[in-house]
Amino acid sequence: MAIVEATNATMQFGGLKAVNDVSIHIDEGEIVALIGPNGAGKTTMFNMLTGIYKPTSGVLAFNGVSVAGKKPHQICKMGIARTFQNIRLFANMTTLENVMMGRHTRSTAGPWQAILRGPGFKREEQRTTDEAAKWLRFVGLIGQANELAKNLPYGQQRRLEIARALATEPKLLLLDEPAAGMNTRESADLTKLVGRIRKTGVTVLLIEHDMKVVMDIADRIYVLDFGELIAEGKPVEIQRNPKVIEAYLGKGAEAMLAQQA
Amino acid sequence: MDIQTKVGDGGWSKGKIALAVVGAILLVFLPVVLQGFVAMSFLVRILAVVGIYVMLALGLNIVVGYAGLLDLGYIAFYAMGAYSAAVVGNLFVKAVSHIGAVGLREFLTSSTFIFMLPVAALIAALTGISLGTPVLRLRGDYLAIVTLGFGELIRILATNNFLGLTNGAMGMSINVPNPVGLVAMQKPVINIPAVGFSFQFSVNLYWYYVVVLLICFTIFIVRRLDNSRLGRSWVAMREDEVAAASVGVNIRTAKLWAFALGALWGGLAGVVFANFQGFITPDSFSFLESVFVVSMVVLGGMGSIPGVIIGAALIGGLPAIIQGVAQSPMLASVFHIDAPTASAIANYRYLLFGLLMVVMMAWRPQGILPSKRRARELHPEDEKTLEEEDQSLWAVEHGIDGSGHDL
Repeated sequence: MAIVEATNATMQFGGLKAVNDVSIHIDEGEIVALIGPNGAGKTTMFNMLTGIYKPTSGVLAFNGVSVAGKKPHQICKMGIARTFQNIRLFANMTTLENVMMGRHTRSTAGPWQAILRGPGFKREEQRTTDEAAKWLRFVGLIGQANELAKNLPYGQQRRLEIARALATEPKLLLLDEPAAGMNTRESADLTKLVGRIRKTGVTVLLIEHDMKVVMDIADRIYVLDFGELIAEGKPVEIQRNPKVIEAYLGKGAEAMLAQQA
Repeated sequence: MDIQTKVGDGGWSKGKIALAVVGAILLVFLPVVLQGFVAMSFLVRILAVVGIYVMLALGLNIVVGYAGLLDLGYIAFYAMGAYSAAVVGNLFVKAVSHIGAVGLREFLTSSTFIFMLPVAALIAALTGISLGTPVLRLRGDYLAIVTLGFGELIRILATNNFLGLTNGAMGMSINVPNPVGLVAMQKPVINIPAVGFSFQFSVNLYWYYVVVLLICFTIFIVRRLDNSRLGRSWVAMREDEVAAASVGVNIRTAKLWAFALGALWGGLAGVVFANFQGFITPDSFSFLESVFVVSMVVLGGMGSIPGVIIGAALIGGLPAIIQGVAQSPMLASVFHIDAPTASAIANYRYLLFGLLMVVMMAWRPQGILPSKRRARELHPEDEKTLEEEDQSLWAVEHGIDGSGHDL
């Protein structure tokens, strides 16, 4: 069953069609990669899916429900969580608190409960802390629980963002360039982490430029170029797709590659 | 091996408890001592005024410190509280005057301000929401400009005798002759002629204690709010609004709560101010006052309760203390200050104070006591567990997932 179904999704900014008539679908439990050169419209797709942009036309459905016009926090509650291309952590909160924030939609205490501190409030706070600790352990950051997020090294910040997203109990996780700026070992670890995330039953859609990561973990790949979908298929198919090679390397590259082979 | 995750209250060390006890004793008895010596009794009034500023700063700290919304018109809520206390309070006194039973009538009249606290707080909070709603989309500089306009708007409405309620620039008085309990408290007189100590309970002292009680209440509530789901979402929103929304924070609701609660404490401070002064004019609610309150929060340390209190004490108290000390005859004789010098110092007090602000901000921009995000922390049972945790961290990083995380 398709967890995400985008039909003719279009996002227009003035005269620019950042995403033009794109239709994709993601099945439950899949790891799907969205690739393409810079400015291809990948992050715009993410922003449409998470309620930051409202699509100009077309339908984006999550579990059969349209996400168009929904606010980011509502979409989070529906079960889509995301990370950001340029890491967006709560810099002056601790690592633990960052992940606790992920529990926001899964908890309910309002100001009255906070002031009165009844048993229900305490139970919920305990659960929030426990869940946050669980996800910190999952990404291997429990030892840094009390550090301020801004003091973590880059690779750990990436993982913290993933832990925060996972704490929202998503059905679909959107990762925007999770391996950006990572060295080979770090990106290999990331690949393993994404594999473990899939085992928890979360569907993953990721944007990634590191082709090693993409080829290793993606079940299927969508390729965007200038806002249009130019290819779709399994990693091996995409590697050989002439349109994709052209988009990345320019015209004639295919012939050159063929000669070299 | 799981590490224990406890919801910590921060814990009180022995030093902290000792400090709190000393602080509490000073808070209660220092004003009594000051009141007892004629030359220093003016300081009691200053302390009460500072206390009102502390309340204002703690309220604004919710909006600026926690939620990160720069509000340059905060004094408007203070004005709403003060005018509500005056208008509704005077109506209340009028209504009560028809009661036949003298005892009940006098009791109700004298405790008007207690009844006005929730009323004015509610009016101020509603004002906060009505300001908050249209400016929800705005951030940073734009929000600051709108709130600045709002602050002026309220002051100008008051100046122009809005709906005939505020008596315009002439100001209005609050007709509560004796707040509840004051007369009884004024009866005992303590004299120690040997040291020149002569104590009788005063109106200033009365309002000082009211303010201290309200500050304790404020700190209690604000701490609990800060250390909760709502408090965390405020801080998250301040840090990164987009990210906060992406983890499910309803930015609209979080902002409205911040505005409403901030305004509520502005209103409470306004009620006390109106009753303490007995007379209010629009001049008390000028833009400069808003700037002072923002400065208190920034100078003290945004988001830090002790910091904000110190900021309020310095900015609210220092100019008054400089003036008072310079003109106090006793101290003048100690420091050999003649009358013209004293008045010169008094006149230049804001210059000294401005200089202090510049130096402070250049030297310590994060504030005197910056906030420490500690809120909840994990408390590993002991060092051994911590080591084991580090091992499992290593295991996670290297894919040797021996601890059986089959999540």
